[in-house]
Amino acid sequence: MRWITVCPVDDIDPEDLAPFDHAGQSYAIYRDEDGAVFATDGLCTHEHVHLCNGLVMGSQIECPKHNGRFNYKTGAAERLPCVRDLKTHPVRVVDGMVEIGMED
Amino acid sequence: MPKDTFVEKRDYSLTGPSAQRAIELGLASAQWYHSEVPRKVMKELMQRRDGPAIRDTLIWFALLGLSAWGGIQFWGNWSCVPFWAVYGVLYGSACDSRWHECGHGTAFKTGWMNDVVYHIASFMVMRNPVSWRWSHARHHTDTIIVGRDAEIAFMHPTSIALNILHFIGVVDVWQWLKILARNATGNLNAEERNYIPDAEVPKAIFWARVHVAIYAATLVAAVWMQSVLPFMLIGGPRFYGTWHMFMTGLIQHGGLAEDVLDHRLNSRTCLMNPASRWIYWNMNYHVEHHMFPMVPYHALPRLHALIKDDLPAACPSIPAAFAEMVPAILRQRHEKGYFLRKKLPSSARPYREDFHQTAPARSDKGK
Ligand code: FES
Repeated sequence: MRWITVCPVDDIDPEDLAPFDHAGQSYAIYRDEDGAVFATDGLCTHEHVHLCNGLVMGSQIECPKHNGRFNYKTGAAERLPCVRDLKTHPVRVVDGMVEIGMED
Repeated sequence: MPKDTFVEKRDYSLTGPSAQRAIELGLASAQWYHSEVPRKVMKELMQRRDGPAIRDTLIWFALLGLSAWGGIQFWGNWSCVPFWAVYGVLYGSACDSRWHECGHGTAFKTGWMNDVVYHIASFMVMRNPVSWRWSHARHHTDTIIVGRDAEIAFMHPTSIALNILHFIGVVDVWQWLKILARNATGNLNAEERNYIPDAEVPKAIFWARVHVAIYAATLVAAVWMQSVLPFMLIGGPRFYGTWHMFMTGLIQHGGLAEDVLDHRLNSRTCLMNPASRWIYWNMNYHVEHHMFPMVPYHALPRLHALIKDDLPAACPSIPAAFAEMVPAILRQRHEKGYFLRKKLPSSARPYREDFHQTAPARSDKGK
């Protein structure tokens, strides 16, 4: 696994998310209320709208287009019209920087 | 075009040549114009609360109960009329905005509260709660894109008689009951299958059966009681109390543009009296709602105040909205491509009619 640096962890507020693009792929990087970091694909599985303008509520991200929801910790689709799960990605914080893990 | 010649009838089906054209032009699932709102402010506006919707729902049910009580109490006497007039609007019109907000999941913070009110309101408004969730998602993806949007109210050339009849529900109740009955027999047509994922079809059939069973029970009660009273309470308000829903619903997009990617060109914000705003749950801020569907109804006035300098001036009242809309609709019957292009304030960014940049490839049904 390769670890790619995303941004300083403090750039993302608790209970919020930020977009991250790498190698033509969009990701969404989240922090929950306690500040723990998570990552998923960046585009909604319903109509591929970027989730970065969505709303983080507890463990859920609500898509800004049709209010579908995913659990961003597990990727599970939890509210219609989202029916396909979101892919999650490994993520860690090293020296205050968020890193996302990419398969080799 | 001469006044007695109507424009050619457009194809508004979701499976015909207009659908193909919309996809070819990049109008389907495209990126739309948004006014700028700082992320921090938008996050605040999007916050969900239970309080306002619980308060409004308790008032709604209490008023429904009181007006129904008065209607039954004075049944057979003229003094029952004001009670039914109130009950009719609370049932036959307020149901639409409750259906809408709870369908978006923004009315309440608590999920099950949205779901319960959504199902009650869907029944009242006679919409299949499953099909309409999907058709409304499409309405937001492709607002007034001909061949894509299943919820276009004015289909050119607009029939004036039909729109007048809508105020007493005659046509749409009949149409929607037929759809519910068809769905209840397990039949979803090609249009419905165009926007409903296959996995959702059994649920659409189940809920259609529940609705039809309640109407059948109402009919049995009416026959047994030899009275129309059961229909005054259930179903009937979609005739005698639906006028407010159509009055407000028609001004959402009437007389404005088709096939554009800027909600300022195809949607209308209209200020209204507090009673209408309560019945309509602030959907009069319609441009704002389409631009930012995650903002709950109770935060729309604040959103309006924030972005109004980037929008055409709001219509000051319902009569003012009709005064600008009706002549535009009449003109659209004769003049192909005409729409009311509202002037933007100098503070606004220009219209982006050509904003047809195609978004990343999107699936049709989220399957
Ligand atoms: S695009 Fe995300 S819910 Fe529709």
